[in-house]
Amino acid sequence: MQDVGLTHFLILAATLFSIGVVGIFINRKNIILVLMCIELMLLSVNINFVAFSTFAGDIAGQIFSFFILTVAAAEVSIGLAIVTVLFRNRGSIEIEQSNLMKG
Amino acid sequence: MFPDLMFYVFASVMLIAALGVVTAKNPIFSVLFLILTFLNCSGLFILMGAEFLGLMLVLVYVGAIAVMFLFVLMTIDIDFAMLKEGYASYMPVGVLTGVVLLVELILAVKSGLFSSDHLITQTAMPIPTDTQNITAIGQVLFTDYLAPFQLAGMVLLVAMIGAIVLTFRRREGVKRQNITEQVLRTRKEAVELKKVKSGQGLV
Amino acid sequence: MPSGMYFTIVLLPLLVATIVGLFGNRLGDKASMWITSGGVLVSMLLSLVGFMEIAVYGKPAIEATLYEWIASGALSVSFGIYIDKLTVLMLVLVTVVSSMVHVYSIGYMADDPSKPRFFSYLSLFTFMMLALVTAPNLVQLFLGWEGVGLASYLLIGFWHHKESANAASIKAFLVNRVADIGLILAMLVAFAVFGSVAFGDIFASAQSVAGQSMNFLGMNVPVLELFALLLLFGAMGKSAQIGLHTWLPDAMEGPTPVSALIHAATMVTAGVFLLARMSPVFELTEIALMVVAWVGALTAIFAAIIGLTQTDIKRVIAYSTCSQLGYMFFACGVSAYSAAMFHLFAHGFFKALLFLSAGSVIHALHHEQNLFKMGGVRHLLPITYGLMWIGSLALAGIPPFAGFFSKDFILESAFMSGTQTGYSLYIIGTIAAFLTAFYSFRVLFLAFHGTFNGDKETFDNAHESPFIMTVPMMVLAVGAIAAGMLGLPMMDTAWWNGSIVIFENIHVGVVEAHNSPLLIKLLPLIVAIAGISLAWLMYIKRRGLADKMTKALDILYSLSFNKFYFDEIYEAIIVAPIRSFSKFLWQKGDVEIIDRFGPDGVAELTRRISVTIRPLQTGYVYHYAFVIILGMLALITWLMV
Repeated sequence: MQDVGLTHFLILAATLFSIGVVGIFINRKNIILVLMCIELMLLSVNINFVAFSTFAGDIAGQIFSFFILTVAAAEVSIGLAIVTVLFRNRGSIEIEQSNLMKG
Repeated sequence: MFPDLMFYVFASVMLIAALGVVTAKNPIFSVLFLILTFLNCSGLFILMGAEFLGLMLVLVYVGAIAVMFLFVLMTIDIDFAMLKEGYASYMPVGVLTGVVLLVELILAVKSGLFSSDHLITQTAMPIPTDTQNITAIGQVLFTDYLAPFQLAGMVLLVAMIGAIVLTFRRREGVKRQNITEQVLRTRKEAVELKKVKSGQGLV
Repeated sequence: MPSGMYFTIVLLPLLVATIVGLFGNRLGDKASMWITSGGVLVSMLLSLVGFMEIAVYGKPAIEATLYEWIASGALSVSFGIYIDKLTVLMLVLVTVVSSMVHVYSIGYMADDPSKPRFFSYLSLFTFMMLALVTAPNLVQLFLGWEGVGLASYLLIGFWHHKESANAASIKAFLVNRVADIGLILAMLVAFAVFGSVAFGDIFASAQSVAGQSMNFLGMNVPVLELFALLLLFGAMGKSAQIGLHTWLPDAMEGPTPVSALIHAATMVTAGVFLLARMSPVFELTEIALMVVAWVGALTAIFAAIIGLTQTDIKRVIAYSTCSQLGYMFFACGVSAYSAAMFHLFAHGFFKALLFLSAGSVIHALHHEQNLFKMGGVRHLLPITYGLMWIGSLALAGIPPFAGFFSKDFILESAFMSGTQTGYSLYIIGTIAAFLTAFYSFRVLFLAFHGTFNGDKETFDNAHESPFIMTVPMMVLAVGAIAAGMLGLPMMDTAWWNGSIVIFENIHVGVVEAHNSPLLIKLLPLIVAIAGISLAWLMYIKRRGLADKMTKALDILYSLSFNKFYFDEIYEAIIVAPIRSFSKFLWQKGDVEIIDRFGPDGVAELTRRISVTIRPLQTGYVYHYAFVIILGMLALITWLMV
């Protein structure tokens, strides 16, 4: 077992990201779970930022991670608001029923 | 040796929790797994020396976001089992995509592009060794990144307003408080003096 | 006199044309008519001043530049003026006739609903003609050349509700376009050979390139001959010489004042002006001069023959214009440019007068143009009748009217040039003079003498034209009488002060013209009187004679009456093949190949592809997300490889 380095963190993040992608695929009906998977993916990005920050010795990575945190919070609040409205109006949160984007 | 061990503990628990988020039958469990993931990630951050971010993760994600998920899940009345339908049929494509993606990403990481000799060590904002992490972040965030910081605040403000606008609705047939009217009332229209004779009611 | 005055002469008509053209409807008919007429009249007065300056007091030529028009590499073209005796002569002719026609039109077009348009076109034409005659270089000349063509097109088709007028205007434009190719090529040759299109540069170096030759259409030809022949080809179209004349008679579809201004006095003489302007070049050529002479002579005799039998009063005069232009050309051909310009000047007045008189008759008879439906109106239209006499006498060449001096000068110059060609031209010209006298008096007698052949109501309503129409005609009549005598100094080459170059030691005709034998001098006059007498005999004394002669000379008559079948021949050998070829290109080439594989094909292909890929847009967000992830995968792969 080698010393834990940057590569370990990157692979960890990549794995987490892939799990997020798979999650989106298999839970495509449930919009709330899709939102959660997006959170997982954002988290993996955060790990990358912090890992690079630490191993390159540059504080900027942590700052950006901080901003991602902000964006994630904003995204979740809006996303859940949309889910609430969607449920109130249609009685369902299935994404498969929402194909209004089709021209 | 101890930090390395801790890395493996945190990492493995985190990945298992993440898989739990994706595969749990009940969405409530998903949220709980999500919280577990974040907690482990926070541990990893602290391992890396980013204590402030690690704690932030617990506060924001666990304290706010995950709770909000739970809140919404519990307020809307949905047969979540039905939403799991077709789960198996999506599985092969999803897993295939995920595996391909993972393999590619690992190959990319292993390609040596990110090995330590490629890393630029002459950085613009070196992490100071003599101060705490939170001090270091504060020194940069409120100086060089002041404008983005303010903008991030604006993003949150807009998100808040947006969420309110989206979910706000005026219900019919519900008594509401009209503050203006209430304040503008004068004594004259609100109070009437009546002389009540003893032994008689007002009506 | 500063050059500003000359710029005013040229640009004032443009100004009034623009004002009336843009705001005519708001200004109203009266204002439009008087603004344009006033502008051109001022132009005329200034031209007369200029004429006094340059022609009478003999001031040197003026050259001035208004602005640099085109500057591209070695080519530099300026918009400016070049005023010498040749130019002032044209200036006076153009502005006098134009202003008279403007004034006349006020009466003639009184019933027309779109007067501002008409007057704005007339002024635009005047500007273009002035730009042409004052041009200091070939390109500006070409601008005027095309401009008068445009104005002519607009005015021939002025009554655009008449199909024949539209056809005639398009025909005039197209035939002129054929000839313009010659002028364009001539400009290119000038630039290639002289490195400049300015007249001054061309004349200065003409002598030095006299021996050179260049490759044209695979043949090695002498440059100056080529240049001159191309110029001639251009001039032939504008001046309606044989072969390219077919548009002129049809152009009579336009209002009569237009015919008087454009198709008698000014635009059609642009070709002659071009030849005279280019005399320093033509003098250095042999073949080109010969061709000019023969083209002119053939046109003169041929148009005169057609003129004998036409029944439309304006067409007769149109063919007579054609014939007189032929005279001017062959005068140029025998190096008698001064004679050509003299005739041009005189002809401008009396032909405009004839057209306006014809217009007066037509106006009086409610737009009846057929000679055989007129007759006997001389008592009703006494002024017109008298003016028509003056015009006809001038055209026939009876002294002391203008035509006599100029035509005799041409014929004498031809005779005295002493060559075989010269003698032939003299004979042809004399025969044409006889025919000219005959047909011009045929018109006069048929229209004004005998009995009226139209319907009675028209005859009863016929009346003399108002003063606004007769006064301009009188002015022109004065010109028709006086131009000949006043123009006598023009016969001396020295008078031209270098604006016309004649190598008098080689081409002796123009110098020796005075010394021709008495018989030669008198013969044109004698045949003219004979022609008039014959016309009198056939159309007044013994009216049956004309019909008998028609029967006796049946073939000749139908040849003449059908204008030598020029239109029919062109229709058969040029128009019809082009039309069927165009139709082939349209139906097979355009519709079946270009459209089919071009726009239609592309559209159909796009539609099919769209139908195929339309299902891709499902409207489900996760489908789009899937595609994003696939794209991301591809990107990572690409970056790693």
